[in-house]
Order: sequence, then structure tokens, then C-alpha cells
Amino acid sequence: MVMSWVFAGMMLLSLLAAILTGNGAALSAAVGDGAQKGITLALSLAGSLCLWTGLGKLMELCGISAMLGKLLQPLLGRLFPASKTNEALRGCLSGNICANMLGLGNAATPMGIAAAKHLARGDTANDELCRLVVLNTASIQLIPATVAAVRAANGCRTPFDILPAVWITSFLSAGMGLAMAWLLGRLWKNA
Amino acid sequence: MLDYLVPGLMVLCCALALGKRRDGYAALLEGGKEGLKTLAAITPALVMLLTCLTMLRASGAMELLSRALSPALKLFGIPGETAMLVLIRPISGSAALAIGAELMAAHGPDSLVGRTAAIMLGSTETTFYTLSVYFSAAGIQKTRYALPAALFADLVGFTAASWSARVLL
Repeated sequence: MVMSWVFAGMMLLSLLAAILTGNGAALSAAVGDGAQKGITLALSLAGSLCLWTGLGKLMELCGISAMLGKLLQPLLGRLFPASKTNEALRGCLSGNICANMLGLGNAATPMGIAAAKHLARGDTANDELCRLVVLNTASIQLIPATVAAVRAANGCRTPFDILPAVWITSFLSAGMGLAMAWLLGRLWKNA
Repeated sequence: MLDYLVPGLMVLCCALALGKRRDGYAALLEGGKEGLKTLAAITPALVMLLTCLTMLRASGAMELLSRALSPALKLFGIPGETAMLVLIRPISGSAALAIGAELMAAHGPDSLVGRTAAIMLGSTETTFYTLSVYFSAAGIQKTRYALPAALFADLVGFTAASWSARVLL
């Protein structure tokens, strides 16, 4: 529903701006032009997206996902103390985080929801559940394949050269999000 | 060095799967099918949104919007041209992808704006959507501080993306 408002707002805004600036001809040309751009974008993404989701699945199969899970175990134990005693929760959590890191959104969500159900107590979010949600709303993807595909589609010769910047940014964003969650958790004592 | 990262990863995965006597090729195909399904699912959104964004750009509204918002964004060092992306990113993933693609096309993928947009897209998530999926699945009504903390993470992400685009590349 939100997107309906956003879409209508953007359409109205472009109509008003075109009337104000007298760009009517450009606006009407943009309609068909934009639709074609959408399809061109989708097609130019298809190859990379297909390859990378395939590779993600392969990384899961060949044990890279499990290795990541083992590496992350100490950190996950600290962030989610309940996972130390609850093996099912530990499995979903590490599955969710690893799938996110490998860019397998379709696999990450069901495992994350299972973990959320394990963590939930009543109708109020506890600290651990908030942490899980913050981790999932901050992207922790190691290889942003879709973005790289968009760059390549626009003629970039080295689409993956943003990797170091993406890693640092993701790390900062997720870390600061968790820090903020910790801080707010101390202030919001009503759980 | 970075040149060998992706091809090396591909070889490593195939070798590891073979070492475990697992059918790696079948996994590739299965995953690829899923990726194409996802793409098919978001294609109508990409068409609608790029129509809308191209109209915004052609009418001059895009420039007005980024000019109006750039003083606030400048405080964090975020380029004004990415205003639209910053606003929509937490709400819709496909819309953010369309906006990012349009920015890269309009400014060039290797321009400062293009790189900033790419880093932003790669290091943030669809916050509102994810939040509602998790909390409604877990039957949570009182979400306490989850939303402010998640939005703070987004703001840090946008800011860090703008800085790293300038410093690292």
C-alpha cells in the first residue's frame, strides 16, 4: 500500500514539474522510453543473477556456508545467548546469517523467521529478537551480485571493485545498528 | 588481486563439491532457476518504476527533489543526487534497484554518484519490509526499539557509503 502512495506521488510530481518547466514533450517521450528501460534492465540482469544465485546454492552445498557458520559461532553465541542451549535455534540462526552473507535471500527469510519464532516470548519483542531483526534489516551480504550486475549492465568494466567499500559500509552499518539496539535496549526497560 | 576473487571462488566451490562427491552442477542449475524466478517476479515492478523515474528525470522533478533535499543530506556528506534512493531504499527493494540503476545510467557507473548509489544498494536492506515480515511471523505487536535501531543502521550505511565511495575508489 505504501508503494501505491509513493508511485502516485512520483507521477503527480513529474506532471507538475513538467507543467512548471514546460517539459511536456520530454515527459511524454519518457513514458515509453522508461518502460523499455525497465525491460532492458531486467534482461541485462538476468545472466548475472542466474549465475550468482546458482553459485550461492553451490556454496551452500559444498560446505562454505557451514564453514561460515562455524566461524561465526562465537559471535552468534554472544549476540544470542539463548542459542547456546537451544540447538534448533542455533541451526536456524546460523543458517539465516550465512544465507544472508551468501546473498540467498530466498533461503535466509524462512530460517530467520524460524529463529524469530524460537526467540519470541509473548507479543513484545525482546532484546535478542530485536538484534536478529536489526541484523536482517542491515545487509551483511558478502558479494552484492545484483548491484554488480547493474553496474556491468551500465558499461562498468570492473563491477566488483566496490567490494571493499561495500564490506566496510555493511560492517559499519550492521555494527552501529547493533550498538544502537544495545543502547536503546538499556533505555527501554519495559520488556 | 580482486580480479581473481570471483573466478577463484567459482573454482573453489566446484572443487569442494566434487571432493564431497556432491552434485555441484545440479545445485548451480537449481539456484539459477530460483534467481530467474525472482527476477521474473520483480520485472513488472522494474518496468513501472523505471517509467516513473524516467518521467521524474525528464520533467525536471528529480533535480528539484535532489536540490531540495541536498542541504540535509550534505550534513552527512551524502550526495544530493542520491536523495531519492535514500528515501525509497528502506521501503521497497525493487524500487531502490530501479533508482540505483537509473542513477548509474544517468551519471555513469564509475562516477561518484554512480559508485555511491552502488555501495548504498549493496550494503543496506529493505528495512520496513524485513521488519514487518519478521515481527508479524513471530506474532510480535510491540516492537520496542527495533525500528529506530534499524533506521539508524541505514543512516550509518548511507553515510559510510558516501564516504567510502570518495575515499576508497
